[in-house]
Amino acid sequence: MGKTIAEKIFDAHRVDNPSGTIQVISLDRVFCHEITTPIAINDLVSRGKDRVHNPENIKAVIDHVTPAKDSKTAEQGKILRDWAKRNNIRDFFDIGKNGVCHAIFPEKGFVRPGFTVIMGDSHTCTHGAFCAFAAGVGTTDLEVGILKGVCAFEYPKTMKVNLTGDLVPGVYPKDVILTVIKTVGVNGATNMVMEFTGPVVDGMSMEGRMTLSNMAVEAGATSGICKADMTTVDYLWPFIKSDFASKEEALAAYAQWNADSDAVYEKEITIDCASLRPVSTFGYKPDQVKNISDFENTKIDQVYIGSCTNGRIEDLRQAAAVLKGKSLHPDVRGIVSPATPEIFSQALKEGLIEIFMDAGFCVTNPTCGACLGMSNGVLAAGEVCASTTNRNFNGRMGKGGMVHLMSPASAAASGIAGVITAAQ
Amino acid sequence: MKNFNGNALFLDRSDINTDEIIPAKYLTEITKEALAPFLLEDLKLKGFDPSKNLEGISVIITRENFGCGSSREHAPWALEVNGINLVIAENFARIFKQNMFNCGMMAVELPSDTIDDLFAGFAGTGAVVSTDFEQGTFTFSHGELKKTVPFIVSDFNRDLVLAGGWVEYADKKY
Repeated sequence: MGKTIAEKIFDAHRVDNPSGTIQVISLDRVFCHEITTPIAINDLVSRGKDRVHNPENIKAVIDHVTPAKDSKTAEQGKILRDWAKRNNIRDFFDIGKNGVCHAIFPEKGFVRPGFTVIMGDSHTCTHGAFCAFAAGVGTTDLEVGILKGVCAFEYPKTMKVNLTGDLVPGVYPKDVILTVIKTVGVNGATNMVMEFTGPVVDGMSMEGRMTLSNMAVEAGATSGICKADMTTVDYLWPFIKSDFASKEEALAAYAQWNADSDAVYEKEITIDCASLRPVSTFGYKPDQVKNISDFENTKIDQVYIGSCTNGRIEDLRQAAAVLKGKSLHPDVRGIVSPATPEIFSQALKEGLIEIFMDAGFCVTNPTCGACLGMSNGVLAAGEVCASTTNRNFNGRMGKGGMVHLMSPASAAASGIAGVITAAQ
Repeated sequence: MKNFNGNALFLDRSDINTDEIIPAKYLTEITKEALAPFLLEDLKLKGFDPSKNLEGISVIITRENFGCGSSREHAPWALEVNGINLVIAENFARIFKQNMFNCGMMAVELPSDTIDDLFAGFAGTGAVVSTDFEQGTFTFSHGELKKTVPFIVSDFNRDLVLAGGWVEYADKKY
């Protein structure tokens, strides 16, 4: 019987099978940020176990509130910084070099097909775009991952998500994943891994695939995985070229992780993406999704472009293409946060930052800040935001605020119009 | 082992997310105790007042997909520092459920018709839950009214509860 991607990865990483369907797997990567890691660090210190299993496998970044906004966030940064230093964690990204975790770690080539990855952050599923098993966990799982290099999971069941058809202009990966979540529901994939497949995924860049995988958790999924192909190899090539004689050889090595043709899936859905139109969420759940053409005069106060979902260079290009030569509506504030310094730098070179600034946007440093209402663009009660982020929960971007999730192009168009609008 | 007995609070809504359980603005705290005043501060549920309804509560009973969203273990911690070590629901988001057991707490699933019966019989009555961990039963009582329901916890999660959490368990074994 054939295997899914997640099954192959689990079978290659099994350390223990303590009972039933629970498997303890070895970890190739433990990613850390300054919000969920400090309590794990303090606990390890208090237990007299201030050590790490393998400093090479641990990567850390200060990204949620950066630069620090107050004494508490400064302390969180300090705990992470000091810990990284004393435990020889060389890949630690601090101010000037830091970016949103799920954008900067892939950019640095830290994730490879077949890897197992955990982080104390639910959007860790993003890294599944590289044909990896990547899952968000809590601080205790993170702590054990740091100390022992292992984590326990249910042996994965997989939902196959077939994405067929050609996307029409104005429809982006964000529209696709919001439609998937609408179709599956916010807990439709709970305790399952989503495997995204089909011509729509085949035609997507790694940036687009990361947007898909990023929001798998909004349907409850443990991870969102895409197969390894030449697009994966091309993206990783600068980091792997000394490991393989050619890209073809790299692909042959990575393709071993791809699902077998006779793999058995727990569930299978197919979405004809040719019929999709630009969408946005309404309400407070990410499965409350409808076509933007069905919104009637929904005024916005802020547009936010950034985050681990849509803060990458392609996202900025798509938004800038809509904004070029235009201005934000006078009643709308615009904030754009390139997700990493490299993306920021590239956007500067391409003239995208100028387009944003000419349109009236505030350009901020890379940070998660506004997406979860921690800093850098928090909403006041009653305010409405057209946002490229991933959660529209009550209070998510600020108590009493309303968040509408959409693609960067739609967010830009809404910023110009002052009401929720799709790009023309 | 933690305490799994006491007064029950019924939250009649599905998809209560971890931002509602503990908003992100409090994630700058570096002790669990500091989270105590903010539990369920942003819960969107008609008639719910966190400053009144959480007083003396030790158990929460709710509907589907409790704890969805952010992976923040601050959600179980905010419950724990308020004396709540047990949440009973139709089902849970994966990360939240594992975080609960990783802390030696319990997130226990019951069938939807059982949850319906418990809501019908005990919601808003000041009911008390007593847990028999060995037998695997919860007994709900209010005055003369009593109802005992069986529950199942996987062997692994049971071991985590007995060990006091995943750090303790893993430290002995790996």
